[in-house]
Amino acid sequence: MAGLEFKDIRKSYGNVEVIKGVDLSIEHGEFVVFVGPSGCGKSTLLRMIAGLEDITDGDLFIGDKRVNTVQPRDRGVAMVFQSYALYPHMTVYDNVGFGLRLNKTPKDERDAKIREAARILQMENLLDRRPAQLSGGQRQRVAIGRAIVRNPDVFLFDEPLSNLDAALRGSMRMEISKLHQQLDATMIYVTHDQVEAMTLADKIVVLNAGVVQQIGSPLELYNYPANLFVAGFIGSPQMNLLPVTVEAVDERTVTVASSDVPSTRIPVASARGIRGGDSITLGLRPHLLAHSEVGGITGKVLLVEHLGNETIANFALNSGEQLVAALPGSAELSNGVTLSLGFDVADARLFGTDGTAIPVADRPFR
Amino acid sequence: MAAVTETNHALKLTGRYALLVAVALIFVLPILFMVVSSLKPDRQLLSDTSSFAAFLPVGDISVGNYFAAFDRAPVGLFIFNSVFITVVTVVISLFLCSLAAFAFAYLEFRGKNIVLSVIIATLIIPFETIAIPMLMVVNSLPWIGAEGLQWGWLNTYHVQIVPFLADALTIFLFVQYFKDLPKELIEAARLDGATWFEVYRLVIVPIAGPVFATAAILKFLIMYNQYLWPLMVTQSEQFRPVMVGLQYFFQLNTAWGEVMAYLSMITIPVLVFYLVLQRAFIASIASTGIKG
Repeated sequence: MAGLEFKDIRKSYGNVEVIKGVDLSIEHGEFVVFVGPSGCGKSTLLRMIAGLEDITDGDLFIGDKRVNTVQPRDRGVAMVFQSYALYPHMTVYDNVGFGLRLNKTPKDERDAKIREAARILQMENLLDRRPAQLSGGQRQRVAIGRAIVRNPDVFLFDEPLSNLDAALRGSMRMEISKLHQQLDATMIYVTHDQVEAMTLADKIVVLNAGVVQQIGSPLELYNYPANLFVAGFIGSPQMNLLPVTVEAVDERTVTVASSDVPSTRIPVASARGIRGGDSITLGLRPHLLAHSEVGGITGKVLLVEHLGNETIANFALNSGEQLVAALPGSAELSNGVTLSLGFDVADARLFGTDGTAIPVADRPFR
Repeated sequence: MAAVTETNHALKLTGRYALLVAVALIFVLPILFMVVSSLKPDRQLLSDTSSFAAFLPVGDISVGNYFAAFDRAPVGLFIFNSVFITVVTVVISLFLCSLAAFAFAYLEFRGKNIVLSVIIATLIIPFETIAIPMLMVVNSLPWIGAEGLQWGWLNTYHVQIVPFLADALTIFLFVQYFKDLPKELIEAARLDGATWFEVYRLVIVPIAGPVFATAAILKFLIMYNQYLWPLMVTQSEQFRPVMVGLQYFFQLNTAWGEVMAYLSMITIPVLVFYLVLQRAFIASIASTGIKG
């Protein structure tokens, strides 16, 4: 039973700071995903929880215990590595039971735990094999089994699915999700794949360049990105980010326009700090754009991808900017056609001159 | 056209085999000469050297030289001394050097790279240059043995063992191998609750068989072939190894047959050791540079 608490956690290699002060609290039983581009520090943060990297500054608590200087084995964590890290000279049975053997668990108990883990992961028939005789998916199961038997307070996953093919990744993702419900343990999962992040997480932590960009539920991040980075990172296809100029401001609305976007009044919770003439960014989700007869944004179709259930269309706008729209699967489009796209002003998001989101009016979430 | 290519191919193959056979002969003939000569009386041995008969067991063949060699020198004792010194040194040095390499490869400590560089730098210092200073050092070291505390290590087994327990080449071999192993294996073991020594014993040693075999063979050969150092530090027959024992056969009149018989006998432990480890040795050479 353990949550985690990060208090201004920092990590430096020499003079280079890679984690620049992370504050975060994770409840017991939560599934938290660290997501971000390569080199954003997400794996480093995970390894700091595991005790594989020193914490340069700040405090890390697991449960009530400050663990900054606690040995990895005494932290109550188990980790699943991207490369699985199975011991090549041991059978699956010995791999899974290695931790129990080290802490001198009696043989009967050890055997029962190994078999129970094998049952949960449906790999009873693999117990006598060596890692070299297993497929990628099977190795991944063994790696998870090795974590399960130790009955840790916190499970750590470091990009565990990135070496698997797409189909297997999908099914393993479901299994990990099921496992989380079954075990009622805290899980922290690192990935650069935002689909994994969206489908698995109770809470997503978006990182960039060692700084937390936003913490929230998948839908919160999708609907209310805190800044341009999150807006661009979460959601596929990416949110369209168009430069616009502020024409008029009052307390509850901001009117923006550009050569591509006709003058539009967008409701906001507070327009503090915004002035007429500011260059800001308008964010529009591709799925919230629709074909409209009049007004809207006009563009020429550059490329059409028919996916069956929907049609992804790339448009070139007058200014040279590009726009992506996800239209119904039945939309019949061909390259070169000019089309007008409309959107509901309540779905539009504005990002100020510094890239942070301008608060949205009538936000149903916290 | 096809016929030409086929002939070409056959020629190339023949050429290749001829070369291989020639190289094999260069390596095999001296050994064959040694074994065959050990079976011949001196006069025939010398006269045969002018013809190919030197490599053939023809003429007056007997094992008389072997008996004579045993009469001239305590061959059994020399072989025992060499095997004892070599095996003890190999076993302890593999343990110590692999542990040192483990620390260099996986642990973080201040000055690690400098220490490793210094160790590796010692590779270029020939043993002959440090032999005299080393002799002076061991001559004034204490040792607690069966007879209590004594000063000076000369004329013992341990003077032939202890100075060679750790060496740069063996440490270097292990460091290179360990650095190529996936780091996650060690991290996984640490998280599984292993102490550093358990990581070494239960995870690293079992998968490092090839490098242990390579290091063992190299160390065995170096130790078994020791000549200068044992010559300097042993005065009594009791502790002398095989190479020093060779002197017994080059006194007033050299009996070549006996020399060859002695050499044949002292080659046997090397062959046995190599045959036992050859599979792992070849595997390790074959896998050098290939990451699993």
